[in-house]
Amino acid sequence: MARKLNLRIWRGDSDSGELKDVQVEVNEGEVVLDVIHRVQATQIGDLAVRWNCKAGKCGSCSMEINGKPRLACMTQVASYPEGETITVTPLRAFPVIKDLVTDVSFNYKKAMEIPAYAPPADLAPGDARMQQVDVERSQEFRKCIECFLCQDVCHVIRDHEENKKSFAGPRFFIRIAELDMHPLDILKNRKKTAQEEHGLGMCNITKCCTEVCPEHIRITDNAIIPMKERVVDIKYDPARWLGSKIRRREGL
Amino acid sequence: MSGVFSPTRAKIKERTLRTDKWWLQPLVTFGVLFSFIIYATFRAFENAYYFTEPLISPFYSPCLSEACVAGSTIAGFTPVSAQVLNFALSPALIILIFPLGFRMTCYYYRKAYYRSFWLSPPACAVAEPHEKYTGETRPPLIFQNAHRWFFYAGLVFNVFLTYDAIISFKNPEGQWGHASVGSLVLLISSTLLWFYSLSCHTCRHTVGGRLKHFSKHPVRYKLWTWVSILNHKHQQFAWYSLAAVAFADIYVREVATGAWTNFYFF
Repeated sequence: MARKLNLRIWRGDSDSGELKDVQVEVNEGEVVLDVIHRVQATQIGDLAVRWNCKAGKCGSCSMEINGKPRLACMTQVASYPEGETITVTPLRAFPVIKDLVTDVSFNYKKAMEIPAYAPPADLAPGDARMQQVDVERSQEFRKCIECFLCQDVCHVIRDHEENKKSFAGPRFFIRIAELDMHPLDILKNRKKTAQEEHGLGMCNITKCCTEVCPEHIRITDNAIIPMKERVVDIKYDPARWLGSKIRRREGL
Repeated sequence: MSGVFSPTRAKIKERTLRTDKWWLQPLVTFGVLFSFIIYATFRAFENAYYFTEPLISPFYSPCLSEACVAGSTIAGFTPVSAQVLNFALSPALIILIFPLGFRMTCYYYRKAYYRSFWLSPPACAVAEPHEKYTGETRPPLIFQNAHRWFFYAGLVFNVFLTYDAIISFKNPEGQWGHASVGSLVLLISSTLLWFYSLSCHTCRHTVGGRLKHFSKHPVRYKLWTWVSILNHKHQQFAWYSLAAVAFADIYVREVATGAWTNFYFF
């Protein structure tokens, strides 16, 4: 059954903008991206929106729907009460380009600052062997689709632009955790650089990144807190530090 | 202008466009935690009604001061003078720093009070009111990294409180084989404290989380998987154990004042 939906869409660029009210038809089973496309096709031809797979796997259609960071292609219109106006805005942690499209290049710059996977030098291609129990923690983090909703919701940069230079954000903390827990990665200073260069200590564990992750990665519990504990091992625990000097201990 | 009002970001005047009751959870959390703080402070300074044979309040156990009432100490062990630095301290004040420190530095409670007390942020995608933010990178918040030391101390306290629960299966004359409502109250309280401690993120890290190769440590891997299951419920254990400890103290106090009678099942 088709019905009319009241939609408020933010329109503008980096200089100015406003919320524009439109009324659009919505059919049973449709998601917010469907109705945005209908608005684009029937009412606002130059409405800018980034999208690709429409299946929750490419991470392109990230936006804020009624103030919450979400994937538009995975947000059912029916999940909102009938008659409620749905407000759609661009991600508010990143510079806006036009309408619902933001410049997320901050994240790509941060990605380049994370040292890559570092296997032993004598490990020939094809010779890598790992047991499942050793890689399953890292595999959870590989589910990340880089939608950057966790980056958008993180108040460390969302509410403090000045922190962007010293804070990598939750998406890259799971990248660091993935590599630090990887059984064949031998780079030793990931914990130290996580704290001193990528701003792990800025995180105050309020778990918003976990709440918005469309892949349900337990970012805080499985990546950020374990990395904070690993940092404590090398920086704030004299007993562990002394133990590592007396005999080589795994994990340090 | 910073944050969501920075010049390059979408020009939206509202701090948040959330339409749900995002303020409710931090408000409830604030109310409950603040009430507990007020009550615990009152009880810590009250220095009375914390022991009635065979029950002792968890706020005062282990009772280590010479000022502890007769029978409330563990085999008369009172290493702390009744006068510390010329102040007559309540026995609770000598020990409460450890369980308080454990909860203050707990990864779950940090989320709870950063959101509800410090509004940093009050809720997800709701702009916080602070101009600057440095997180846990400098004093005093850098001392959150001492959580594991409070965790170790908390385990010692759990042993004492479990001992108290076992002792409570005596009657007021000191004979074993009896059980009262007070016994159940202390048993539930100490059991929930064990669940809270063992579900802790530091515990998860200590038993195996710090390892790179689980396959080389099968026993620690197994322990890690068990603690990980508990860890999923850490938030619930944090609240249940807090409520249980508060109720255990209320129960002992009311029995000690004579307002309530400690009913014996047998």
